[in-house]
Amino acid sequence: MPDQEKINYLLHLADTTLILSHRNSEWCGHGPVLEQDIALTNIALDLLGQSRLFYQYAAELMGNTDEDQLAYLRTEREYKNLLLAEQPNGDWGQTILRQYLYSQFQQLLFQQLVTHNDQQLCAIATKSLKETNYHVRWSSEWVIRLGDGTTESRERMLHAIDELWPYTGELFDPAAYESVADVDFTSLQQEWNKRVKLIFEEATLPVPEKIFMQQGGKTGAHTEHLGYILADLQYLQRTYPNSIW
Amino acid sequence: MNLLIRKFYYGDIPEEKGGGSYYQTEQDTTTWPLWEVFIRSKQGLDHKHVGSLHAADAQMAIENARDVYTRRMEGVSIWVVESKHITASNPEEAGELYEPAADKVYRHPTFYQLPDEVNYM
Repeated sequence: MPDQEKINYLLHLADTTLILSHRNSEWCGHGPVLEQDIALTNIALDLLGQSRLFYQYAAELMGNTDEDQLAYLRTEREYKNLLLAEQPNGDWGQTILRQYLYSQFQQLLFQQLVTHNDQQLCAIATKSLKETNYHVRWSSEWVIRLGDGTTESRERMLHAIDELWPYTGELFDPAAYESVADVDFTSLQQEWNKRVKLIFEEATLPVPEKIFMQQGGKTGAHTEHLGYILADLQYLQRTYPNSIW
Repeated sequence: MNLLIRKFYYGDIPEEKGGGSYYQTEQDTTTWPLWEVFIRSKQGLDHKHVGSLHAADAQMAIENARDVYTRRMEGVSIWVVESKHITASNPEEAGELYEPAADKVYRHPTFYQLPDEVNYM
């Protein structure tokens, strides 16, 4: 059933961008300075826009559903987002690092999806890539600034690496349905490692050696954090079914 | 924490009336410098001053300007300049600087008879 695999893959992309967008939006009004508050909220909106495109396409293939139902009425076990996306914001450094690790991955992945034989997926990737290029630029500059900054900012970045690195293995550990992506995950990982290493070197941060990697998000086995996010996100629609904005 | 919020007017309002000129002291390491932002709304038009923002360096200032001032497709090009590099005229000298021009209407090109064939002047 190639169509079911495609639907699952679209939901995986949609869920990851939605959950990361939600996490970033938690900073709205709490950013360290006004300008960066706006910058991160912009990124949250970019990701939300991307997730809507993926949900809409998935809903079209599934029939008898829509983007809102997919976002608001699926349970934790049905969500297929990367574990990295649902990790808590922590401090500014941790949020920045999460964004960088993901955006760097998304950039390389979407660079391959723009030549995918599915026209719709191709178009979404092309549109998203411009946004993602900016996310990579913005977040990588922050990683460098904080890693190579003060003693405190460096310590916070080291802490952020400890917190987030175990969730980076999952990026390159394809679930069964990811075969429709038609992407070589091994070369993707090599390229990602190379780029991250360059940024980390400039930031004077160490790249962790081989450590145990968490996995499961892609097939619905999440960390304890996703339940709280969905409770927040889905509360209104579940309490007042079919209410509209 | 020593947080100072100041508003800057660049000569429009004298310092003793609440305006000020920008400066950053050696000890001031907890705040980012202020930058002025100029946006070109489309090709062929001038860059126009749109506001100011804080940023640690020029690169960050460009990115902040992109996020703060071009979110609604306001621009195709951004200039930033650190506010301390702007020299403003002194409002106290407004009399000698601007008033002498007031009674010299002949400097306006309004005394020519234009032929009908010349439209849109």
